[in-house]
Amino acid sequence: MSIDLEQFHETFFEESFEGLDIMESGLLELEHGEVDLENINTIFRSAHSIKGGSGTFGFTAVAEFTHDMETLLDQMRNGERQVTVPVVETLLGSVDVLRSMLNAIRDGSEIDVNNVSQMTASIKGILGVEDAASGTPEVEKLSQAAKGWVVHFRPYVDILKTGNDSVRLLRELNSLADQIEVTVDNESLPPLTELEPEECYQSWSIKLIDAEVSEDEIREVFAWVDDECDLKIEAMVEDSRDSAAGSLGEDQSEEKNPEKRSTEKRASKSSTESSSIRVNISKVDELINMVGELVITQSMLSRFGESEDFNDSTIERLKDGLAQLEGHTRELQESVMRIRMMPISFAFQRFPRLVYDLSASFDKKIELVMTGETTELDKTVLEKIGDPLVHLVRNSLDHGIESPAERVKAGKPETGVINLSAYHQGGNIVIQIKDDGAGLNKNKIFTKAKEKGLVTSDERMTDDQIYDLIFRPGFSTADVVSDISGRGVGMDVVRRNIRELGGAVEVKSTPGEGSVFTIRLPLTLAILDGQLVGIGDETYILPVISIIESLQVKSENINAVAGNAEVYRLREEYIPIVRLYQIFDIKPVSTELDSGLLVVVEAEGKKIAIYVDDLLGQQQVVIKSLETNFRKIEGLSGATILGDGTVALIIDIAGLIDLYQKDMASNVVSIKGAAA
Amino acid sequence: MSETAEDLGQPESEKEFKELLTFFLAGEEYGVDILRVQEIKGWDSVTNIPNTPEYIRGVINIRGSIVPIIDMRLRFTLEKKEYDATTVVIILNVVSKGNADRVMGVVVDAVSDVYNVPVNDVKASPDFGTAVDTEFVTGLATIDGKMIIVLNIDHMLNAAELAVVDQMSE
Repeated sequence: MSIDLEQFHETFFEESFEGLDIMESGLLELEHGEVDLENINTIFRSAHSIKGGSGTFGFTAVAEFTHDMETLLDQMRNGERQVTVPVVETLLGSVDVLRSMLNAIRDGSEIDVNNVSQMTASIKGILGVEDAASGTPEVEKLSQAAKGWVVHFRPYVDILKTGNDSVRLLRELNSLADQIEVTVDNESLPPLTELEPEECYQSWSIKLIDAEVSEDEIREVFAWVDDECDLKIEAMVEDSRDSAAGSLGEDQSEEKNPEKRSTEKRASKSSTESSSIRVNISKVDELINMVGELVITQSMLSRFGESEDFNDSTIERLKDGLAQLEGHTRELQESVMRIRMMPISFAFQRFPRLVYDLSASFDKKIELVMTGETTELDKTVLEKIGDPLVHLVRNSLDHGIESPAERVKAGKPETGVINLSAYHQGGNIVIQIKDDGAGLNKNKIFTKAKEKGLVTSDERMTDDQIYDLIFRPGFSTADVVSDISGRGVGMDVVRRNIRELGGAVEVKSTPGEGSVFTIRLPLTLAILDGQLVGIGDETYILPVISIIESLQVKSENINAVAGNAEVYRLREEYIPIVRLYQIFDIKPVSTELDSGLLVVVEAEGKKIAIYVDDLLGQQQVVIKSLETNFRKIEGLSGATILGDGTVALIIDIAGLIDLYQKDMASNVVSIKGAAA
Repeated sequence: MSETAEDLGQPESEKEFKELLTFFLAGEEYGVDILRVQEIKGWDSVTNIPNTPEYIRGVINIRGSIVPIIDMRLRFTLEKKEYDATTVVIILNVVSKGNADRVMGVVVDAVSDVYNVPVNDVKASPDFGTAVDTEFVTGLATIDGKMIIVLNIDHMLNAAELAVVDQMSE
C-alpha cells in the first residue's frame, strides 16, 4: 500500500520555500535584538516542517542538514542558548544553503556539497561547545542502549491519508540497527472485500538488536507521525529475543511489494509542472454562491422564453430579471478576479533580508519599515513587480541614504529609514518607496543629462521634469559603479517594466529630506474602466483612471506657442493640446477646438488635453491584446469588444504623450530645416 | 502544418495531393492551402488602426479575438476596387517560427473554388526580377488550362507585418 509521493513534491517545495521565508524574516527580527519566544517557536516550526517533509519524500540530505539547524533552534527555544549575532548569522546562512539545496533538488541538479558541509560544520561548531559539556550523559545513554530496543508501532487507520508510509518508517529503523526483527500484527485486517485500500490495519513490533542508538534517535524517526500512531519504545529485555524470530520472513515479502509498485508508478508518471495558485477557501465559496445565484436568475429568465403571451407586467419582470442578471454577472466577474489577487507581502518579504545584507556591505545603518503588506494585487502583476521594486529599494539604499557620518553631520539620526508601503487609491494600487536620505541632486542630474546629450543646455525644466530624467535610458549619476546600481541600465528598465504592466512610476524629492518613488499599478490587467470618446467615425477608449477632467473649450484660453503647438490655460496651468485626429490621422467631425471637448489626462506626471469630438459614456471593458494576432501599436495599449460586437481601441496615455512629443519634435526639425 | 506549404514547391511523391482554396484578385486566380483557412466571411466594417500602412484595413472581432484585416489588392499594389457583394474576407491561420500561431484576415475580390492539385503540378514561378512581389509565391499550378498562383501565406503575412515596422521606424 503506497501513495505516489511525487505528486506532492510541488506542494512540498512550495511550502518549504514559504517556510524558509518565514524563518528568514523571523531570524532578521532576532537580529534586531528582539528575542521573542513566539518568534523562535515560529522559526523552529518551519524548520521542523521542512525536516519532516524532506524526510518523508526521501530528501535525506535536506533532512539531515535541517536536523542540525533544528537542534540549535531547540536549544534557543529552551533557553539553553543565548541568542547572539553569530548564531543568528549562521542560521541565516543555513537558510540560504537550505534554499539552494531545495532548488537543486527541484531542478534535478547537483547539490553543492561543499557549501552544505561547510555550513554543517559551522553549525556543529556552535553545537560542539554544548556537546562537550554534556558529553558524559550522552555516553551513558549509549551504553544503556547497546542491548537494543523494542519499538511497538501501532499506526492509526488514517495514517496513509496523511501522506505517511509505514514502510518508509520501517526502512528508516532498519538503518539504525545492524539487525532488526519485525513482527506484524494483522489481527484487525478485514476480509479482502471490506478492505479499504487507503487505510492501514497493521501494527508492528520492531526489535532493534544491538543497536547503538538512543531512544531519542528512534523517536526522531517517528517525529512526523507523532499524532498518527501509538508508539511505545522499550529497552530490550534479553528473553524476548527468540519469540519474534519466526515471523520475520513473511514480513519481508510484505514490505517488498508496495515498494515495487511505487517505483513502477513513478516511472510511468511524466513530470507535470504546473504553475499553481493558492486560493483562500472563502473566495471559492463566494464564487460558488455567485454561480448559484446566476443559475437561479437564468432559470427565472428562461421562463419568459417559454411563455406565449407577453404583456406589460411580464416585460416589467423581464427587465427586473435582466437587471439582476447584470448585477450577478458583475459580482461574478469581481469574484473571479479576486481569485487571482494575492497580498503584496509575497513581493515585500524578500526586502528585510535584502536591506540587511546590503546595509552591511555599504556600511550604512538602515531600518526598513513596511506597511500595507496585506494589500492585494493581481498575481501576474505581483510576479512582475518584484524586480523593479528590488531595483528601487537598492537604489534608495545606495544613492538615497547617506553614510552614518554624513547623516550625523546633517543633524539626522544615524540610522536611515526606508519606508515601503502599499495601498489602494482609486482603482489603483500605489506602492511607495520612501527614504529619508539626501534627496536627489538636481544640479548633478541636469549636468549629467547634458553630458549624456539627453537635454540641451538652454532647456528650461521644472524640478519634477529634472528628477524625471533619471528614468531616461543611459542615465546614471553614481560616481562609482557598484555591483548594485550605477550601470545606467536601471531606472529606464524599471519604468519600462512598470509601463508594461499598465502602470506608471514617478519620483518626488526634497533636498536634505529624501525622495519618494511612487508606483501606480492597475488592480488587474484584464479589466479597465473606460471612457468612450468619439473622433470622426471612430470610437476610442481612454482609461478613466488617467482622466482628470473633461471640459468645454473656451477659445480665450487657447494659446499658440511658436505657431504650431497649442496650450490650454486651465487654472493657471498651461496644458498642451493634443489633437488626436492629427496624431492618429482620422477625419474628424470638426477641427474647430470650440466645437469639441478637451479631456485632460495625466500620465507619469505629465498632463495633456486631448481634443475629441464627443464623449460617449463609460463602461468596463475587457482588455484584449493587439499583439496576439498583430503587433504593438504606439499610443495604444490594446483593444476591446463593445456591446455591439465591434472593436474599439484603448489609448495608452503615456505612449500617446511620447507620440505627441515626437510629432512636435519632427515639426521643429522641419521648421529648422526650412529656415536653413 | 508549417512544412506543407513550403513543400508545395518541391514535390517528392507523385501521388501527393494538396487541396487549394482559390480566390480572385484583379482577374487572376490565387490559391492557398485549404487547411489554413479558418473561415470565409463577407466584408463588414472594421476598426481602423492609426499609423499603419493603407493595406492594413483595421481589426475585427472574431469570436472574442482581435484579428487584423489586410487588403490583398493594396498589398500587391494593385488597383483599388470598391468592395461589393462578392468581396470576402478569408480568415487564415498563419504559422511563424518561434511565435504562436496568428489569425489574420485577407480581403479578396471573390472566392472561386476548391481544387485537388497534385503536388507535382505546382511549378516554381519564373523570376520576374524585382518588379513583382514574387517572394510570396510558392509556385504556379495549372488546372483545366487555368493558371493558379499558389501563395505562401506564412511569408506573405509576416512580411506584411515587417513592412509596417520598417515604415514606422523611418
